[in-house]
Amino acid sequence: MRRLKSLQFKHLARPKPAITAVLLLFVLLALPQLMSLYYVDTMTQVAVYSMVALALGVLVGRVGLVSLGQVAVLAVGAWVAARLLFATGQPYLLIVLEAGLVTMIAGTAIGLPALRLRGLYLALITLMLAGGITVVLATVNFPNGGHGFLGYNGSLVHIPPIRRPSFAASDPAYFRFAVIIAIAMFALVLAHVKTRPGRAWAAIRQSEPAALAAGINTTLYKLWAFALASFITGVAGGVLAGAIHYLYSIGFPTQDSITLLAVVLMGGAYSLWGAVVAGLLYQFLPSLLNNWGVSADWLTILFGIGVLQVLTTAPAGLADQVPRDLARLYRLLYRLLGRLRGSRPREGEPAPDPETAERVP
Amino acid sequence: MIEVDGLTVRYGGVTSLDAMSLTFERGTCGLIGPNGAGKTTFFNVLSGFVRPAAGTVRAFGTDLLTMAHYRRARWGVRRTFQTEQAIEELSVFDNVAMVHEHSRLGRASRRQDVLDAIEFAGLGTDPDAEVRTLGAGQRRLVEVARAVVGQPRLVLLDEPAAGLPDEETGHLAEVIRRIPEHTGALAILVDHDMSLVSACCATTAVLDFGKLIASGPTAAVLRDDAVIRAYLGVDS
Repeated sequence: MRRLKSLQFKHLARPKPAITAVLLLFVLLALPQLMSLYYVDTMTQVAVYSMVALALGVLVGRVGLVSLGQVAVLAVGAWVAARLLFATGQPYLLIVLEAGLVTMIAGTAIGLPALRLRGLYLALITLMLAGGITVVLATVNFPNGGHGFLGYNGSLVHIPPIRRPSFAASDPAYFRFAVIIAIAMFALVLAHVKTRPGRAWAAIRQSEPAALAAGINTTLYKLWAFALASFITGVAGGVLAGAIHYLYSIGFPTQDSITLLAVVLMGGAYSLWGAVVAGLLYQFLPSLLNNWGVSADWLTILFGIGVLQVLTTAPAGLADQVPRDLARLYRLLYRLLGRLRGSRPREGEPAPDPETAERVP
Repeated sequence: MIEVDGLTVRYGGVTSLDAMSLTFERGTCGLIGPNGAGKTTFFNVLSGFVRPAAGTVRAFGTDLLTMAHYRRARWGVRRTFQTEQAIEELSVFDNVAMVHEHSRLGRASRRQDVLDAIEFAGLGTDPDAEVRTLGAGQRRLVEVARAVVGQPRLVLLDEPAAGLPDEETGHLAEVIRRIPEHTGALAILVDHDMSLVSACCATTAVLDFGKLIASGPTAAVLRDDAVIRAYLGVDS
């Protein structure tokens, strides 16, 4: 982690607004029309797991706290949302918000050990807590329309699907709904990163004594990070519930939290774009392989190699490395083209600005 | 005025500060001593990172030791670190703003106060420049800017000139000398560079093995036989 601390973050979390806007419009308007329903469902899951990766990125990338319990937190959010969706007729959006708030309380409790621990020990503790949550969920099961506090009835033959909002009943509409919620969560994180908590987290990550000397209540800000990450993950759980209609505890295995950390590191824990890359790696890649008839199990090996590659050559992740390498390629092609034309750039003539080129997503 | 009375810090069997009693009156005061004398431990006690075994510290009439460590910055304690701790990921402005937003001052004057502190430190760089792009001397000045923003009452400077070339040390000395006048705070300077201490501090105290062995006007203290023996390691 020492190397991760000393990274260069100059251009991270600064996607050009115009490019981001165009990309979002394309995703919201055109993408569902261009894809089959199979991939629309996949991309909905990408939106969900981008939110989860975003939340983990807040902990790992911003504050330097490694949590291996994020998928269990997601399961808590999905459980709460499912229970409320079966039990009440509240608007879906309100339930998503409530799921986020309840998960925020549970997730912050998971973060309590972070007040004393960091690094490997914190990772282990959160993994154990996640394991505990998984065991509890396997015992109580996800709500399936039954009665009582748990809302589970094991003898139900026809299990009703978890409902969706009336305005997003179809798969493409639900995909758009998921993307809009994800945008809101990304904006929420951006609002934190650019202001007081972001500065406090940066200080805590680099040096807790320096943070304390600056008057930063490190306990408060660490819990704040866990609260924010848990809220976002809970909201993601709420969106996931409607996306897949049926929830089972085997869908949230403890080890998935480890894979999630791997893809977050690969995507780039320090950048908002990294969370999107992580969501694509985590959900789109397996769907693609399944569609091609290749076992998604191969991804475990691929992710292992990917993490190794990223940690050794590009610790800020693919969100940093790919644009940088593309910029290099662009500069190389530019020079080659110049030579072919026989009009090499004159002495002192600047090549295309690499900083500008690097920020093209 | 800082009144230290009977301050004792122990790490297991090692006594880092041994019943230290001393008063820092005003201006910039020097605190010197060989390595391991307890200077940084004293700063760590004032910052709240170390809980003393005994003793009291009253700063301008306030019992500092009963205050939570993160609240001391709000009260007015500022410090720099032996190993410079400017936050790399943030800009110069954000490094200083981070302290201001946890001080007693409100948001209204923040921007101007932060820019004033950066100007006072004489950074000579764009406030939006990221700290990771700065050299060692400028990073030290970022720490100084952080130390003077937001109405400090007590500024602790822990070897601010360590590793700096003479030219940058000269500029730093000029800045440090002006801290009390500019902020109204009492500054305590720990450094091994005697020319820096002489240039900045009217009074100086000397620690050796956790004990106070001399204090008074800097010039007299630096000529004190006990001080010379402590620095040269000569037995009495």
